[in-house]
Amino acid sequence: MSKTAISVSNLSKKYGERMAVSHATFEVPLGTICGFVGPNGSGKTTTMRMLLGLITPTGGSGEILGESIKHPEKYLPRVGAMIEGPAFYPALSGKENLNYLAILGGFSTNRVQGLLEQVGLGDRAKSKYKTYSFGMKQRLGIAAALLPDPKLLMLDEPTNGLDPEGIQEVRTLLRALANEGTSVFVSSHLLSELELISDYLVMLRKGEVVFTGKMSDLMLDQQPVIIAKGAHDGELETLLAIAQAAGHRAMIRGGAVHVEGPARWALDLNRAAFEAGITLSQLTPQLPNLEETFFEMTGEK
Amino acid sequence: MWNVAFSELRKLRRPTLFFGTMGAVVFFSALFSSLLFLLIDSPDGNSDRGRVVGRDVLGLATGGVQGFSSVGGFLGIIALCVFAAQTAQEYTYGTLRNILVRQPGRMRVLAGKFIAMKLFALVMIILSGIISVTASILLAPRAKVSTDLWFGADGRHALLTTFINIIISVIGFGTIGMVLGLLLRSPISAISFGVLWLLIVENLLIAVKNSLQDWMPGAQLAAIASGGKPRGMTTGIEYSHALLVGGIYVAVGAVVASFLFVRRDVSN
Repeated sequence: MSKTAISVSNLSKKYGERMAVSHATFEVPLGTICGFVGPNGSGKTTTMRMLLGLITPTGGSGEILGESIKHPEKYLPRVGAMIEGPAFYPALSGKENLNYLAILGGFSTNRVQGLLEQVGLGDRAKSKYKTYSFGMKQRLGIAAALLPDPKLLMLDEPTNGLDPEGIQEVRTLLRALANEGTSVFVSSHLLSELELISDYLVMLRKGEVVFTGKMSDLMLDQQPVIIAKGAHDGELETLLAIAQAAGHRAMIRGGAVHVEGPARWALDLNRAAFEAGITLSQLTPQLPNLEETFFEMTGEK
Repeated sequence: MWNVAFSELRKLRRPTLFFGTMGAVVFFSALFSSLLFLLIDSPDGNSDRGRVVGRDVLGLATGGVQGFSSVGGFLGIIALCVFAAQTAQEYTYGTLRNILVRQPGRMRVLAGKFIAMKLFALVMIILSGIISVTASILLAPRAKVSTDLWFGADGRHALLTTFINIIISVIGFGTIGMVLGLLLRSPISAISFGVLWLLIVENLLIAVKNSLQDWMPGAQLAAIASGGKPRGMTTGIEYSHALLVGGIYVAVGAVVASFLFVRRDVSN
């Protein structure tokens, strides 16, 4: 039995002269939550569509739950997915829409009401889809993805349009599913959310994979940052010069100096600032978060 | 395939669509049949395009299904609209990706949808037949039309033949609607193109050059519904010709659209 939920090798998709996805190679271990991140247009949705058999790859190969992506009929009955937002029939109720998909996929319709309650739509099950708010539509999309009791769940921006409470519910739901053995492959632009729930990470930039591996490995590889500021804004330039003179990369961002370097160098910076007549009002060594790492690696912002 | 058909039927049975369509079928079937008898003495004619269908014709074994036969082309237009809308809306709503994730066999998806829509069309045809024939039976005495031959073996044969012809014609129109839905991927575009072509463009072309009626798809399917050129008439399309040419149009359209549907990336 395969130990990976998703395994792709040199997966590519070309539209005319433009490479939407270029030789993507990564694996997602079974039973983990894998965040899938990248700037807009980096190829995330195209990759997901290839994995779901909706578009044909130009090159490369892949396996989902041990089956080749050339034969989606072999693995899709065990996969739940929501790609590019929810899409349902406006004139049917939430429940009728799920019943439609359940019958289509050969699943029992008995699960439908329970799923609607699980995503917080139990009391609006009979309302027409067109009357739902965006957040409710998103919840219905997640319920539809859960219909097959999936071994692999692929969600594209599942927290779009959800309020903070809804986002937390989705986070809890995904963690619970992963604890029960479901593999989750989730893309989101809310990197702080992914940082909280993901075990693994695949990062795309312009169609190419720039990182794949454990989230903890990525974060440990990052250069710690020392954030410092003096009592007056005019002292930032002096602090910047001190850091650069010591051979560290530094920049002024958000009213403070950010210096790349080991945490222990904060002592040297403190001493040098004191000798320059600056009293520091902040001196904080910290590891960059996922968002900062993402910007660093993808060259965004 | 059957899962697709059963799920599609759930969508087709929603009240607005089902009762709206069937309401139109009832109204127009009653109207077409009633006018045949109510305007029987009108100098402006009592059938489509001002044709006169007299007591002698209505008194034949085929007289009872004359109204049903006349409404056949109209049922075809309704089928074209329903098939086109139900197919193309999967693209505009973005629901096609849900369908293909749950049922990746694309030909099975097409076949299942086609079966469901054929059943919907069959209900339409049966309902139209009941209304048309009932209206004819009720109005014949008032119009002084003899109904003796309607209830004999020839009458039953005429009913069966008309029913089969209308099924072939309506399924043909529906298939063209489905093809347009798959090609144009927008209900409004597919319905507009189909209806404008059948009701306006074809008629204009035939008015300019009459011999074109033998080669226009809508004319062939309408001729199948009405059973082809009436015996002894010099104008009209032969039934066998209509069946062949109409069949070629429908088959070629279906093959091209199916090929594109199976091969095309689903990127919306």
